[in-house]
Amino acid sequence: AYRTDEGQPWVLPVVKKVEQMIANDNSLNHEYLPILGLPEFRANASRIALGDDSPAIKENRVGSVQSLGGTGALRIGAEFLRRWYNGNNNTATPVYVSAPSWENHNSVFMDAGFKDIRTYHYWDAAKRGLDLQGLLNDMEHAPECSIFILHACAHNPTGTDPTPEQWKQIAAVMKRRSLFPFFDSAYQGFASGSLDKDAWAVRYFVSEGFELFCAQSFSKNFGLYNERVGNLTVVGKDADNVQRVLSQMEKIVRTTWSNPPSQGARIVATTLSSPQLFDEWKGNVKTMADRVLLMRSELRSRLEALGTPGTWNHITEQIGMFSFTGLNPKQVEYMVKEKHIYLMASGRINMCGLTTKNLDYVAKSIHEAVTKIQ
Amino acid sequence: SSWWSHVEMGPPDPILGVTEAYKRDTNSKKMNLGVGAYRDDNGKPYVLNCVRKAEAMIASKKMDKEYLPIGGLADFTRASAELALGENSEAFKSGRYVTVQGISGTGSLRIGANFLQRFFKASRDVYLPKPSWGNHTPIFRDAGMQLQAYRYYDPKTCSLDFSGAMEDISKIPEKSIILLHACAHNPTGVDPRQEQWKELAATVKKRNLLVYFDMAYQGFASGDINRDAWAVRYFIEQGINIVLSQSFAKNMGLYGERAGAFTVICSDPDEAKRVESQLKILIRPMYSNPPVNGARIASMILNTPDLRKEWLTEVKGMADRIISMRTQLVSNLKKEGSSHNWQHITDQIGMFCFTGLKPEQVERLIKEFSVYMTKDGRISVAGVTSGNVGYLAHAIHQVTK
Repeated sequence: AYRTDEGQPWVLPVVKKVEQMIANDNSLNHEYLPILGLPEFRANASRIALGDDSPAIKENRVGSVQSLGGTGALRIGAEFLRRWYNGNNNTATPVYVSAPSWENHNSVFMDAGFKDIRTYHYWDAAKRGLDLQGLLNDMEHAPECSIFILHACAHNPTGTDPTPEQWKQIAAVMKRRSLFPFFDSAYQGFASGSLDKDAWAVRYFVSEGFELFCAQSFSKNFGLYNERVGNLTVVGKDADNVQRVLSQMEKIVRTTWSNPPSQGARIVATTLSSPQLFDEWKGNVKTMADRVLLMRSELRSRLEALGTPGTWNHITEQIGMFSFTGLNPKQVEYMVKEKHIYLMASGRINMCGLTTKNLDYVAKSIHEAVTKIQ
Repeated sequence: SSWWSHVEMGPPDPILGVTEAYKRDTNSKKMNLGVGAYRDDNGKPYVLNCVRKAEAMIASKKMDKEYLPIGGLADFTRASAELALGENSEAFKSGRYVTVQGISGTGSLRIGANFLQRFFKASRDVYLPKPSWGNHTPIFRDAGMQLQAYRYYDPKTCSLDFSGAMEDISKIPEKSIILLHACAHNPTGVDPRQEQWKELAATVKKRNLLVYFDMAYQGFASGDINRDAWAVRYFIEQGINIVLSQSFAKNMGLYGERAGAFTVICSDPDEAKRVESQLKILIRPMYSNPPVNGARIASMILNTPDLRKEWLTEVKGMADRIISMRTQLVSNLKKEGSSHNWQHITDQIGMFCFTGLKPEQVERLIKEFSVYMTKDGRISVAGVTSGNVGYLAHAIHQVTK
């Protein structure tokens, strides 16, 4: 979760404003939302992902399912794919998850009934970057129709994203091999500070004619973590296909949670449909993204100034909330036990935990860990 | 070509279809009796005063939006358990239970169903009363369970087929799962009397069945939360370690906020901890952690003495209005000159009433009178007001005389 420079949670100012508006609106009640969710939320959420000028939206071949966070969107998508993709109830369709990935990806698809969950090469520990060749090679050899979970931006946990050129190569292979793209977009806007930039990959795939799913989370970019605001965007060949897909997703939703929670959806819908509030929101998002970017550059410059062995450009080249520092488990143990700095055994740090007050200490500690422990 | 060419169009939801048709109808006298949500005497949705107050209190606290734990808001789950079990419950006081927050009733049922699928190895069979809420079957099916039934509703008398139920239940294979509606049976409104519950408890105990209670209307049925939870509490007192789904959609009017809970009564607190850990493992890949808003409101109400008192009064108010509409409907039918026995309308309890109307009669009600209900003759009494009860009685009399 995002933290301010004081190390505190941050409720976005625009969210506070909109919540007050909702509280003052006596015409609102707590009635059930439709099964697929609040219509104004669904349309706006998909529009944010695909862009105002999206051909898919213009051609009316986009569907949306309001979900309980990004996790809920992934799960509804996974349950639908298990029932209807690549035949009927084909639990043998391989599902590819990046190595490494968010651990819950595995569980979501497993609990949805998929029996063959595999990894695709992603993180190159030696060069601390994307193993593009490994990734493309895995795609070349994946059985046709395999499902690939792609991080739209700000890859969790590595913070390493393909460049636009690399995404083009990925798309080309996926098209040729008939692989299904299931995007996980949990950080749109939060990664680079630009909604459009962070959605580039998803939109490129759409422009290349793919049918795809995109699980969106508004937990981070709206700071609405505990309201569980998410959306599953479905892009299909035409309106008729999308309609039938949505009707079956409705059945899945009905036995999972019946209909989604209204509070968070109302906040997002109200914000996205007002030009003023939308601008305000983009400003709030940029505030968060900028602070993280600042922490990255400040950490890197300190490490370089200290002469910490190794290269540290990956700290600023990586993007989003997380960074794979490259620290090994022993060095991590040193950080935790001796310096009381908590990070994952994988060397992943949450950049949001850095503040102007602790930057020096963290940089010095990393320097010690790297020089003292091999 | 599309990946989805072979995907069939899903069937329209039977209950939503009723509301859709109602919306299209231009008749000024139209009535929507399909709606499973409470309406006040003006036919409007009702936001409880205690809910408004709780919301204001919550807003003033300026809380953050950090993730809830996977199992939900602790103050909420503890208060939900206490509400269902009773503050004097040995099971509650000893801590031999686990309650996790669920996405209202449906989400709680589904967590329970998935939990049973994974950990109740003795049987795949879930026995539902005939009839039951339409969504029970697909929920358990999607969780990987199999559905069976026991007799429950007697269409000849529009009341409980107790001997039929007892006969069927005493034949259920040991260690099967039986689902019981704690109160205000949906869709029939027919509940067992306390002596009948006692016999049911003895029988399920003898058959060693796993009891799954669905309690979506505590307080809303009789107006008294303790009375409505009587069966749940009795079964536990008889040493039956039940599992339980609760919903706060109706009794707190929190429909769209999705406040609910799933409880497992265990042998001891240690078992409860182990069960809790497994429930969390099920929840995490479904939606990670639950939504806060409804749970915070419910928790504020249950845990603030003044608000709780106000809530109990408001819940009784809703239940009383429903009961009064039942009474008025029957007296209006008499006034219309109907010679049928409509006693079941006042004998039944809760939001719904199985009128006993046949599909052809229901169709006439829809077409000729713009009175909308589901084909099984179920009406939501919540949709009846003092302003339209006369019209309803008139319409029903016309199609049944």
